[in-house]
Amino acid sequence: MTIEAMTPNGERMTLNMGPHHPATHGVLRIVVESDGEVVATCTPDHGYLHRSIEKIGECIDWPLFVPYTDRVDYVCAMNANLAYCLAVEQLLATDAASAVKVPLRGECIRVLVAELNRISSHLVAVGAMAMDVGAYTPFLHAIAQRELVNDIFEKLCGQRLTYNYVTIGGVAFDLYAQASEEITRFLDQFEREMVRFNKLITTSTIFRDRCASVAPVSAAEAIAWGLVGPNLRGSGVDWDLRRDESYGLYGQLAVRVPVGQCFAGRHGKVGDCFDRYVVRLLEIQESVRLCRETLKLLPPPAVKANDPTGGYQADVSRQLKKPPKGEVHCRTEAPRGEMGYFLVSDGTKVPYRVRCRTGSFSAAGIFHKVMRGIFLADVVTVIGSFDIVVPEIDR
Amino acid sequence: MSALAPAGIAAKVTTAFADVQAKTTDNGQPFLLVPAAALPAVARFVRDDATLRFDAVMDLTGYDALKYPSTPSSDAIVVVYLLFSYQHRHKLTLKVLAPRSECAVPTMSGIWPAAIYFEREVWDLLGVHFSGHPSLRRIMCPEDWVGHALRKDYRYPDDYHGVLHLRDGQHFESSPPRGAVPVAVPPVAAPPGAVPPAGGAA
Amino acid sequence: MNDHTQERPGNRLDEQVHFAAVDEFLAWGKENSLFYLLFATACCGIELMQAGGPRYDVDRLGMIPRATPRQADLMIVAGTITHKMAGRVRTLWEQMTEPRWVVSMGSCANSGGPFSKWSYSVLNGVDKYVPVDVYIPGCPPRPEALIDGVMALRERVRKYRTLGVRETTPHIVAGHEAPFGGGGCAVPPVVEKAKE
Repeated sequence: MTIEAMTPNGERMTLNMGPHHPATHGVLRIVVESDGEVVATCTPDHGYLHRSIEKIGECIDWPLFVPYTDRVDYVCAMNANLAYCLAVEQLLATDAASAVKVPLRGECIRVLVAELNRISSHLVAVGAMAMDVGAYTPFLHAIAQRELVNDIFEKLCGQRLTYNYVTIGGVAFDLYAQASEEITRFLDQFEREMVRFNKLITTSTIFRDRCASVAPVSAAEAIAWGLVGPNLRGSGVDWDLRRDESYGLYGQLAVRVPVGQCFAGRHGKVGDCFDRYVVRLLEIQESVRLCRETLKLLPPPAVKANDPTGGYQADVSRQLKKPPKGEVHCRTEAPRGEMGYFLVSDGTKVPYRVRCRTGSFSAAGIFHKVMRGIFLADVVTVIGSFDIVVPEIDR
Repeated sequence: MSALAPAGIAAKVTTAFADVQAKTTDNGQPFLLVPAAALPAVARFVRDDATLRFDAVMDLTGYDALKYPSTPSSDAIVVVYLLFSYQHRHKLTLKVLAPRSECAVPTMSGIWPAAIYFEREVWDLLGVHFSGHPSLRRIMCPEDWVGHALRKDYRYPDDYHGVLHLRDGQHFESSPPRGAVPVAVPPVAAPPGAVPPAGGAA
Repeated sequence: MNDHTQERPGNRLDEQVHFAAVDEFLAWGKENSLFYLLFATACCGIELMQAGGPRYDVDRLGMIPRATPRQADLMIVAGTITHKMAGRVRTLWEQMTEPRWVVSMGSCANSGGPFSKWSYSVLNGVDKYVPVDVYIPGCPPRPEALIDGVMALRERVRKYRTLGVRETTPHIVAGHEAPFGGGGCAVPPVVEKAKE
């Protein structure tokens, strides 16, 4: 039944959700026009956290922008660092004289921290989604595990949230002693904990039925509306940049890509909220496996930091004073999907244009479409299932 | 599924459209320079052609070429369309020049719906008007914001609704390391009644 | 009443009954039940969230998150405030019941932080719009720093007198010099009214 048929008199109520609303994951504002309990139109309003990060990129030196990438997506700052640094390295590689080769150990550490941060980011995503739907306890379990990842990162680089760890040419510091053992120990207990987490919420029929068939997005729609990452895979599109356009060490790791396939059973549809949720859980499992594989490949540390095998940081200070003139587009797979940097360089030490394309931005672009005709209570479910992080939208 | 090389894609498009030029950037990245008038036809062609099938927009952005050191120098806004084909797994870059005097480009929102949001952002930050767009409003800045922030001659506002920007007593032009081009900007016109901080309405 | 119950510790009259001035009693109650507004704008919001999580557990300090400003005593401004958002912050603050306190968490809320210099859209400190009691430095502050700031605020709440003379100490800063832009509230009349 269409929404027009359900509202013969056109009696509608406007509901202003946000910018301060606990379930909008930040300062997203959504103006919902509802007919009783059914959403008639939904208009997202962005920009409440527009911090002009792209403009700042045009004002400061190439390496000084790395801390700002942390703030583009603070839930997965390592991946955000990595996306920018890979883009700059790709820009440098367009001229053979300035090309940079990241040491092997540095590549391993990059994959390791990126996957650990993917775990902690997805933990926030699934925990917050459960909380939005009404289950508070899974969120606490997820946060408890996230703290353990934060501990590892804090020992690694001294920060809990905005790491500024991945740098152009490698990473800022080498792994600390016993890092491998601590990460392995974390992964072991984390896998046991995830079994408990899934028993707690994923297999709950209430939660499953609440998410099943809510806001399904077909594969063709997902592609046309520019969805990326787990949202795209939840719609059944088998695409992961780590596997299909592999960068860094991912080519050697044989990434397995989970795809949404109507996990909710006969009440569900491919690409509904539950599929997006389960795809994230499966990606966590895959990240655990990738961390273990990477630890096996990790070469022993060398004395020199820029040693091509055991080093962690190539020397780039000369190249960054005079990078090649031109432009480059480089995209990586962040937890919220494709994070693409489009860089324009005019040959000076300051970027001419830094453009960051993020997954949440295009996910927010489809809101007004998928929210039409769903129940008001499902609005928060949909926001949670798309895993919105507001500074990614606003930047 | 068969990915085409960039040269093959360029050859296919340039034979179909005589006014599209295949070019490369300063560091050798290929792109197609499309006149604004031909853009809808070109976009429809690259989306619907069976061997091209660019079904997704990776990114739609732009930059201001005002201070970009090139010969001949240009003051146009460059709108960049980064396209991708999930079916064939190849990429294409389209560029459209929008001159400052008449900064308008046809919208792509009817061809790729993802462009709705991207074009709103380009309009907000670079001031390119996308003709035919269903809801071309500012997306990041407030509705009463003056100027388009990512233009190279953008002057930072002194205040917004009466609250001053404190920047060590200076007013920075855009990109100070490059030196600034002084541009006359009309003073910020605060809307009536908006001068004290908003509040009160529950 | 038999002797047996009277001998049990904690059961004697002078252990159960305490005398205090009404003001002190109310302040004691306020101090131990600082309900805070769930108001996370940016990065610091994640640290605020983790401070409410199982490890740091600010619930044990009587701090319970509230979704609506009308039930909150304390607004923790966790994250960047842009010009577009600033009016909303003011509205939220005005909706809170008095007495109300504001903690500015992190460099962005203190002064604009890393965005203060080059950004065109970020407010240089939330104290341009609402009066701030405690500034917590850090980008983002650790949950320990947040708890430290809350303890500093509790000192202030303890001195608050509902009936008696209002305490008018200047803004206090947890473990740091007064940051750039601090204390420059653009709305002084309302600031003074806040604690009356």
